[in-house]
Amino acid sequence: MSLLKSTYVLLVYCFLYLPIAVVVAQSFNAAKYGTRWQGFTLAWYEKALASPILVEAALNSLWVAMLAATLATGLGTLGAICLFRYRFRGREIMRGLLLALMMIPDIVMGIALLVLFVALGWALGFWTLLIAHITFCLPFVVVTVYARLRDLNPHLVEAAMDLGASEWRALRAVVIPLMAPAIAAGWLLSFTLSIDDVIVSFFSTGPTFEILPLRIYSMVRVGVKPEVNALATLLFIIPFVFITLSQFFSKEEERT
Amino acid sequence: MRNVFSFRNLALTLLGGWLALFALLPNALVLLTSFLRRDERDFVAFEWTLESYRLLIDPVYVQVFVHSTLLAVAATVGCLLIGYPFAFILARQTPSRRRMLLLLIMVPFWTNSLVRSYAMRTLLAAKGVINEVLLWLGLIDKPLRMLYNDGAVVVGLVYVLLPFMVLPLYAVMEKLDGRLLEAAVDLGASRLQTFRRVVLPLTLPGMVAGALLVFLPGLSMFYVADLLGGAKSMLVGNFIKNQFLSARNWPFGSAASAVFMGLMGLLLVAQWSSRRWLGQESNEL
Repeated sequence: MSLLKSTYVLLVYCFLYLPIAVVVAQSFNAAKYGTRWQGFTLAWYEKALASPILVEAALNSLWVAMLAATLATGLGTLGAICLFRYRFRGREIMRGLLLALMMIPDIVMGIALLVLFVALGWALGFWTLLIAHITFCLPFVVVTVYARLRDLNPHLVEAAMDLGASEWRALRAVVIPLMAPAIAAGWLLSFTLSIDDVIVSFFSTGPTFEILPLRIYSMVRVGVKPEVNALATLLFIIPFVFITLSQFFSKEEERT
Repeated sequence: MRNVFSFRNLALTLLGGWLALFALLPNALVLLTSFLRRDERDFVAFEWTLESYRLLIDPVYVQVFVHSTLLAVAATVGCLLIGYPFAFILARQTPSRRRMLLLLIMVPFWTNSLVRSYAMRTLLAAKGVINEVLLWLGLIDKPLRMLYNDGAVVVGLVYVLLPFMVLPLYAVMEKLDGRLLEAAVDLGASRLQTFRRVVLPLTLPGMVAGALLVFLPGLSMFYVADLLGGAKSMLVGNFIKNQFLSARNWPFGSAASAVFMGLMGLLLVAQWSSRRWLGQESNEL
């Protein structure tokens, strides 16, 4: 790489990482106001972890992300297999809906679900939030698994069925194990999408069930509280861990 | 074999039912709401009217939408200008280095964008890092006002959405055949001609895909404008949110949302036909 190119690449990475680095550094800064360094402290982490509201919101977030990722992955995997294997009426409509669901702006989806829940008379809270998260994760799982299915050797399924396996059995013993890396990737993607979401959640949960991003949103809107830096740092760590994990999965894939 | 409870029927009913109930129906309800009259008590009264759409073309609101569109366009252009050369350089690296550099793009891509907008605010604030550094260096005597204006919103959007531009661009550039570039040069094309006649048309689908992934969220991400913008830097997302939460005019908010959805549909059709025109098949699903 020439000097000019490396400088450019470096500058772009600086742009992407500098604000994150600053927040991480600030989370250990003893200063209560401003960003001038006044010594190292873990006080903000202690303060955040000592707050029952924040801890509950964080646990709620993790719980919803895990449930939504698992259910969306299950439903999305079945969906991808159907779309791949069967030709049925409405297949094009289903594909179109999934693609539209992937592109639809969050705000449009958020208010659409709000209108639906209000029209159905469902109280906003855990269940409505879970439904919303499954819905926006679904198309990403379908796309991820579908892409992998296209690379699958179709003769393997035929062989299983020739040997007397039922559709369910062939699915369980042949297709699902071969799909494992894509299913895992779909789960990780869903989990992250769920943890990251602010806009759709904003409209689909109520005061009875608060999640961390919404809590942070209301905290940073009123002003800067130093414990937000600690929470933000914790939220930065999640993608690091997950990307390392997904790297591990894709390495596994290469080996087999 | 073909009984009612077969795998096929069960799975299709589940997925189809879910999509119908939680994707199709909600949007149909929004469309319906946009044609109803506003009601203080029950959100909407069942009385057909075009009032909300009439209100949308009121100059006051048109100005809000135009302003928001300009912010999103500025963010899209910004991402394209920064992301295009970046993705091009990235795609020309050795595989192991490419993997490493791509990983560094994936991390911000997967990181909570609210938290990233907040991080940008920490950087730009009056008592933020940039000001402190400049004061310390003696380059300025009083803090610069970088926050709470349109510029900060555009910077925030570019910051949050840049990975969404880089990844589709990278995907097309990785597939770009180096031999085509050599051929162009061999046939006497200048660097500019090679870029304009070979590289640009071949990477156009990536540019369009990236632009969509930046432009649509750029209209929608209300928290970026909340955290970084001033009173006047309003996105369509802020507008719709306000209509639903503060102004409590659900039909009006729904009408704005329906128009937004129509715009998305138009852009997707445009993308699809441009792909067909270039003879490239979509292979997503």
